[in-house]
Amino acid sequence: MSELIQALSAQEIAGIDAEIAHVPYRSAVAIEALKIVQAHRGWVSDESLRAIARHLHMSAEELDGVATFYNLIYRRPVGEQVILLCNSISCWIKGCDKIQKRIQEQLGIGLGETTSDKRYTLLPVTCLGACDKAPVLMVGEELHENVDTHSLSRLFDDGGGTSE
Amino acid sequence: MSLDLPLTRNVRPDRSPTDFAAYEANGGYRGLRAAIGKLTPAECLQVIKDSNLRGRGGAGFPTGMKWSFVPMDDAAAGHKYLICNADEMEPGTFKDRLLLECDPHQLIEGMICAAYTIQADIAYIFIRAEYHRAEKLLREAIAVCYEKGYLGRDILGSGYRLDMQVHSSAGRYICGEETALISSLEGKRANPRAKPPFPQVSGLWGRPTIVNNVETLCNIHHIIERGADWFQALGLTEDAGTKLYGVSGRVKKPGCWELPIGTPIREIIERHAGGMEDGYQLRGFLPGGGSTDFLTPDHLDLAMDYGTIGKAGSRMGTGTMIILDDKTCPVGFVKNLMEFFARESCGFCTPCRDGLPWSAQVLDDIENGRGRPEDMHTLARQVEFIGAIGNTHCALAPGAMEPLQSAMKYFREDFERHISGGACHFCEGGAH
Repeated sequence: MSELIQALSAQEIAGIDAEIAHVPYRSAVAIEALKIVQAHRGWVSDESLRAIARHLHMSAEELDGVATFYNLIYRRPVGEQVILLCNSISCWIKGCDKIQKRIQEQLGIGLGETTSDKRYTLLPVTCLGACDKAPVLMVGEELHENVDTHSLSRLFDDGGGTSE
Repeated sequence: MSLDLPLTRNVRPDRSPTDFAAYEANGGYRGLRAAIGKLTPAECLQVIKDSNLRGRGGAGFPTGMKWSFVPMDDAAAGHKYLICNADEMEPGTFKDRLLLECDPHQLIEGMICAAYTIQADIAYIFIRAEYHRAEKLLREAIAVCYEKGYLGRDILGSGYRLDMQVHSSAGRYICGEETALISSLEGKRANPRAKPPFPQVSGLWGRPTIVNNVETLCNIHHIIERGADWFQALGLTEDAGTKLYGVSGRVKKPGCWELPIGTPIREIIERHAGGMEDGYQLRGFLPGGGSTDFLTPDHLDLAMDYGTIGKAGSRMGTGTMIILDDKTCPVGFVKNLMEFFARESCGFCTPCRDGLPWSAQVLDDIENGRGRPEDMHTLARQVEFIGAIGNTHCALAPGAMEPLQSAMKYFREDFERHISGGACHFCEGGAH
């Protein structure tokens, strides 16, 4: 039992408890709790999931139902930086398929894959709300606008390995 | 000619954020002072009703009427909630980001006035996770408002109390649907709920709740300060106010501009967006995001307002247009949208969960030269069944059918040519 609780750090528990103070019942902070743990660990492992569920007085299955619903909660390890590639309509018109192909060539990863050096994971994302600057993508928290093959080269200049 | 453009008056060319001091120096928080302690909530509601403000998130429902269903008598004692929907994800929509990043205090002032009108005691800003910059600015702006006494207990000595929080989401388009948003804010899977009960009566944690779009809320204090007549006079047609319009696709100057509501489509595309890029012709456009019906060059002289676009067979939606040019395949265009909607279905209702991937598969077959003549009939049946309001809890699936049904009407020859030719005739030199 205590081992499961230890799966959350004191810092994580403090963060989650601060959220619980604002809501009528503990499980209402499920998404915040998942995001807090993910911010510390990069993703949400089965162990983390069970520990969060216990802390929120809900079943691990119910919490996993929440976790797997949201595309920005990662239930598998991701690279140090996640590349969110917008492939919605305005970016498609402006050639996001070419951008995806170039990333594949440069970093050796397709959608849902991580470079072998664990630096980057590539994921598709819903329209990023910057359609006047299409095509766009995010690397970590940074938005990159009017992306072309030249700017891509600079973006990942030093990096990337090949996919496993 | 200098236009009165209230929503973007603090938007700078470099898009740097307007801070509290600059906001107040430019007339900010006057609407709040005009409302709280000066007008009763009922008087505020009447001004919003009289203004004819309609929701700017896409559906266009009259804001005052929406609010009027919130119980206001003593029987409604207990928490009431106001939620700002800042979960901008409609394909081709990039207007709320501008308001959030450039003028966070405008949204907060609008929200305080809206919350006061419905006597909400807790307000949330539900913002998509990817809008990191806006989230940070909003959190800072809210902290300043607590310091200045515009939030918290006893605002301006009126006895009115309001707390405000930011909730950063974790993805999924469906969270923008108001009942799904409420489910998500409760920490659950974002499945939309059947209505009734409507959120105004039973929303967040079973309490009366109003969910409004960012742009809608940014209008509220301007209307309260300057009056319903002023707001009505801003519009060029029967609709009131200004609207953030946007154009994306192969135009010379894609962008987003605040203009009087009812501005002709031609003026938006040709003057503000600079017309088509050299070498490209306009074939059609979605007037207000990815779930609106196509219009064509024949519609360019229509006024961009709710009624006019509705009569033309589409919807103004979010007011941000997506351009289909003559070198982009209409089948590929609709296939991209359908794959988006299929991916973003919450999976609760069968027509949406199973129907949208089926439509996407048929479109993929046609686009890749595997289409059969009977596929056109299959797609028409899907439009009829999935597009019908009432077969699903929310409007995601019917919305997904709008670009498809209108593409089959206006660009039918392209679908048929894919099928008869066994290939996409745009694949050389097109968007692919």
